[in-house]
Amino acid sequence: MTDVITALLWIVGSAFAFLAALGVLRMPDVFTRMQASTKASTLGLGCFLIGAALQFGDFVSIIRLVSIGAFIFLTTPVSAHVIARASYKADVPLWDGTVLDERRNAGATGAPADRSR
Amino acid sequence: MVAFAEQFALVTLGLAILVAVVRLVKGPTLPDRVVAMDLMGALVVGFIVVLAAATRVRAALDAAIVIALIAFVATVAYATYIQRGHPE
Repeated sequence: MTDVITALLWIVGSAFAFLAALGVLRMPDVFTRMQASTKASTLGLGCFLIGAALQFGDFVSIIRLVSIGAFIFLTTPVSAHVIARASYKADVPLWDGTVLDERRNAGATGAPADRSR
Repeated sequence: MVAFAEQFALVTLGLAILVAVVRLVKGPTLPDRVVAMDLMGALVVGFIVVLAAATRVRAALDAAIVIALIAFVATVAYATYIQRGHPE
């Protein structure tokens, strides 16, 4: 039973991981690429970790797998936010089809947009 | 069943890493390359976890922890570098 669950989790997780890589290759600009890679790879890695925990089944390995999962789930959103903020402030061009840039609109209507570091 | 899933996962993760390398080489700006590198870190962690579970090598999990740590610190360092005004 655990073998079947592990196999299903690993197959689903590898599908998500491949979709994350495909999103990074095919999306049009930095911000959409960043969001594709962050969400899909976090979910795929979660599936891999649960499957591996079912396979190992002993306390020492599960502690390590849980700490990997906790670290990834805490740091992936932080690194995505940091890289998106830095690339916006470095004036990396947005995609041509972008319909809303709230930071620039805030600057146009009076509230100062902080584009100095 | 697990053996097939292990092989499928390892092959798919290898293909995903190759696709991320394509973006790393092509990427028009530095943030594109940093995003691809961050994704490669997560994919390598998944690869090591699957390999460790399939071969029952518990020491490999420590390597996965270290790679996750280094990928995060590298991404934050690159973001600081980009924000200081060196976009290329």
